[in-house]
Amino acid sequence: MTQSLLHQILDYANRADPYPIYEELRKTPVHHEEDGPYVVGTYYEIRSLLHDPRISSDARNLASTAGDPLAESAQEEETALPPGFLRLDPPEHDRLRRMTNRPFGPPHSPHRVDGMRGELHGIVSGLIDGLGDTGRIDLVEQFSYPFPVTVICRLLGVPRDDEARFHTWADAIAASLDPDPDADPAQGGKASHDARTQLGMYLAGLIEERRKNPGDDILSELATAKGQDGAMTTMELLSTAALLLIAGHETTVNLVTNGMLTLLRNPDVLQRLRSDPRLAVPIVEELLRFEPPVQLVPQRTTLADIEVRGVTIPKGASIWLVLASGNRDPERFEDPDRFDPDRRDIQHLGLGSGIHSCFGAPLARLEAQLALSELARRLENPRLLEDPPTYRQNAVLRGPRHLPIACDGIRP
Amino acid sequence: MNGDGSLERLRREGRIVVVGASLAGLRAAETLRDKGFAGSLTMIGDEPYEPYDRPPLSKQVLLGMAPADSTALPRRRAVDATWRLGVPATGLDMAARRVRLADGDEVPYDRLLIATGVRARPWPREAEAELDGVFVLRTREEGAALARRLADGPKRVFVIGAGFTGSEIASACRERGLSVTVAERGAAPLVGALGGVVGAVAADLQREHGVDLRCGVMVTSLEGDSSGRVRAAHLSDGSTVETDVVVVSLGATRNTEWLAGSGLGAGPRGIACDAGCRAFDIRGIVTDDIYVAGDVARSPHALFGYQFLSLEHWGNAVAQAEIAAHNMISESADRLPHMWVPAFWSSQFGVNIKSVGVPSLGTEIMVPQGTLASRRFIGVYGYQGRVIGAVAFDHARWLPFYQELVETTAPFPPPFPTVDRHPDGQRPMDADFPDPSVPTHGPTVTLSGYSPADRRMTFTPAH
Repeated sequence: MTQSLLHQILDYANRADPYPIYEELRKTPVHHEEDGPYVVGTYYEIRSLLHDPRISSDARNLASTAGDPLAESAQEEETALPPGFLRLDPPEHDRLRRMTNRPFGPPHSPHRVDGMRGELHGIVSGLIDGLGDTGRIDLVEQFSYPFPVTVICRLLGVPRDDEARFHTWADAIAASLDPDPDADPAQGGKASHDARTQLGMYLAGLIEERRKNPGDDILSELATAKGQDGAMTTMELLSTAALLLIAGHETTVNLVTNGMLTLLRNPDVLQRLRSDPRLAVPIVEELLRFEPPVQLVPQRTTLADIEVRGVTIPKGASIWLVLASGNRDPERFEDPDRFDPDRRDIQHLGLGSGIHSCFGAPLARLEAQLALSELARRLENPRLLEDPPTYRQNAVLRGPRHLPIACDGIRP
Repeated sequence: MNGDGSLERLRREGRIVVVGASLAGLRAAETLRDKGFAGSLTMIGDEPYEPYDRPPLSKQVLLGMAPADSTALPRRRAVDATWRLGVPATGLDMAARRVRLADGDEVPYDRLLIATGVRARPWPREAEAELDGVFVLRTREEGAALARRLADGPKRVFVIGAGFTGSEIASACRERGLSVTVAERGAAPLVGALGGVVGAVAADLQREHGVDLRCGVMVTSLEGDSSGRVRAAHLSDGSTVETDVVVVSLGATRNTEWLAGSGLGAGPRGIACDAGCRAFDIRGIVTDDIYVAGDVARSPHALFGYQFLSLEHWGNAVAQAEIAAHNMISESADRLPHMWVPAFWSSQFGVNIKSVGVPSLGTEIMVPQGTLASRRFIGVYGYQGRVIGAVAFDHARWLPFYQELVETTAPFPPPFPTVDRHPDGQRPMDADFPDPSVPTHGPTVTLSGYSPADRRMTFTPAH
C-alpha cells in the first residue's frame, strides 16, 4: 500500500516539492486518517476556519495529541514560560497582542517599521559586502539567517555588543526546530534547552535594565507599559519576546531564501527586479502565495463538532490548515502553479488570516523586499549551484537549509 | 442584442453616459474600460471635482490631518472619458435617450448609468439653516468649511443627530479638544442602525470621551445673533445650549428629483432596479438601457426576502458599480446579479466599528464573543430564528465568520460555543430598535418593501 497522505506531507523526501501532495490533499475537503489530525487544504475552507470562533489555538482544548505527529513539536513549550499569544485564545490573546502591538504598529506606533527602513538597508548592505568568495556563497548561512536575527535584536533593543551571543542562542533554538535525524536527539534537546534558558535569563536581565533605563525600543516600551491593559508580567514579557524572536526569525529566513531560489529559477523576473526595485512589492506578495514560509498551521482545535463540506470534525480534534495548499488551489487562483508577480488578484493565505494573522507581517514584507531587491541589484550574474537545494527537515517552517549560489562579482 | 451584432457595436462605438462622478461612477467607468468598452464615455457630476472619497471628510479632514481636497480617489486605470463636472443633470428623456444638463446641453446615450447618490438632509427651517455657523457634512466643500471652522477653535460645537456621521463628527471634535454637545432624538447614538443594546455602549463611549450627550430630545429651533451667526440651540426639554457651530447630521436625501416626470421608477427612497442593476420604470417594467448603482439605488436582495434594499455603504457602491458596468455591455445570459452582503465601518472615539448584514432588521441580539462592558465584542442580530446581521466593536477580524452565517441564513441564536464566550453572552435579548415609523437620522440601510415602482411614496420636499 502506498504511504498515507499525512506521512507524505511529513516525509522529508517530499520537502523540495510538496505541491503534488497538496494537489492530492485538495481532492478531499477534509482529510482524516484514523486518530490523526483533520487536514484541510482548500482555500475557501481554510479561510473560513481561520475566522471561525469555534476553533481554538489553545492546546488545552485538545482532546488528545496521540495521533498528531506534529503535536510533539510542542516540546519547545517545555520551558517554564507560559504560552505566547500565538497559542492563546481571546481575551488573553487579544490583550497580549494589543499590548505588543502598541510599540510596534498603528495606531500608536505607525512609524516603527517604516522608520527601520534605513537600518534594514544598512544590515542588508553589510551582509552583501561581506559575502566573500563569489564562487560559492551559501545564501542561507551568509545572508538569510543572520539578517532577521539582527533585525529582531535591533527591534527588541539588544545592545550591539550582545548581538553575537543572541545569534548563538537563536541558532541553537533554530536547530531544535529542525532536528537532524542522524544526530542524537537527547543532545540536540539539551543544547536547545540550554540556549532557551540562557536566552531567557539574558532577556530577563535586559528587561530589568530597561525598566530602569528605558530606551525607545520595543522591550523598553513593553517593560514600562502603562496603557489601559496594564503591564505585562515578566513571564508574559519573556514569552512574548521569545515568540517575536522565533516567529520573526524562522519565517523570514525562509521567505528570503525561497525568494532568491524562486527568482533564480525565474531569471526574467530577476532581471525585471534588477531594473525596477519597486517590483519587489508584488514579487514578495506572490512569493507568500507561491512558496509560503509557514506551510501549515498545525495548532488548532475545535470547541464543538463542526461541519466542513459535509465532514463533521468532532469537538477537541486537532486540525491542520495547509496554507501552502490553499495558496495553490485552482478554485481560487488561476494557473496556481505559475509564479506570476503580475497577478493582481492575490489574497493569499501566506500570512494567515483572522486574529492570529502574522503579527510581524509589515516588517517581514519590508525585510524581504529590501533583501531581494538588493540581492538582485548587486549580485552579478547570480546562479544556482544546486537545484533543488538541501531542505531543512521541518515540514511546517519549510525552506532550504543551504542555498549554494555563485556570481561573477558584487556590484557596489 | 440577439446575435445581430448590436452588442458588439455598442461595445465598439456606443455612447455610455454616467451621471454621478463619485465612487460608484468612477468604478463603473473603470470597469467598463477594463471589460473592453471602446466607445465614448461621458461622466457628469454636479460638483466641480474629479471623483473623491468621502469617508475621510468626517475623520482625518475634521482632525486637520488631511486637507479636504486631498481625498481624490485613487484611479485603477485610465478611463478616457469626457468629464462634465460642475454641471448637474436636470432631466431625462427616456424615449429620446438624452440627459438634460443645467447648462442647457443635452447628452445622448445608448446606455445610461445613474449614480447620483445622496446629499446631506438640511435643517428643515430654511432661515435657521442659513445662519452662519450651521453646517451639514457630505461634500468636499462642506468638509472644508467645517474643518476651517473647527480649526478656529469654537467654544462649543453642537451636533444634531447621533448617527454614524454625527458621532464621528463629535469624536473628531473631542479629539481636537473642542466642547461638544450632541442631541439625539432616539434613546442612544447609532440606535437606528444598531439598536438600543449597542446604542447604550455607544452612549457610554461618547460620555466617557467628554461629549455632552443628550438623548430623547429634539432640537426645536436654532437662534442667531444680530449679525446672522448662530448662537444657541433650543431643545424640546426646554433647555438651551449656547454654541457657535451647529452640525446638522440628520441623514441623507436621495438625489432623484432630477428624474421627476421622466417615467423612471425614482422617488425619495431611491431608484428601483433589478438584481442586475437595470432600472425599473414607474410601471414596474425593467428598462434595457438604464442602470443604477450606489447610494441612490434600491434593489431586491435574495437574503432579505427579495425586498428592495438601499445601502449607503462605500463597499456597496463599488460592488454595485462593477456589476452594473459589466451588465451594461454583456449579453443577458452573461449578466451577473448584485448580491453584495451589506457591510460598513465607522471609526469613532478610538473604536473600530464594523457591521455585516442588516442589524436593523434584527429583533434580538446576543454577544457570543467579548463583552459589552469592555467595548470589545461581537453582537449577532436575529430575525425570525435566523442570523440577519452582526456588529463588531474592535473585533472586526471575526466578522467574515458571521457574514457566512448571514449568507447561509444560519439559525439564531447560534447554538455553538465560541472562544471568549462570557456568561451573559449566552442568551439573546431584545435588540431594542426604535419604531421604524419614527423618523430619526435613519439607518444607513433601508428596506422598502416589494414594489419596484415605489408609487405609494410621493415626493415631498424636506421643508
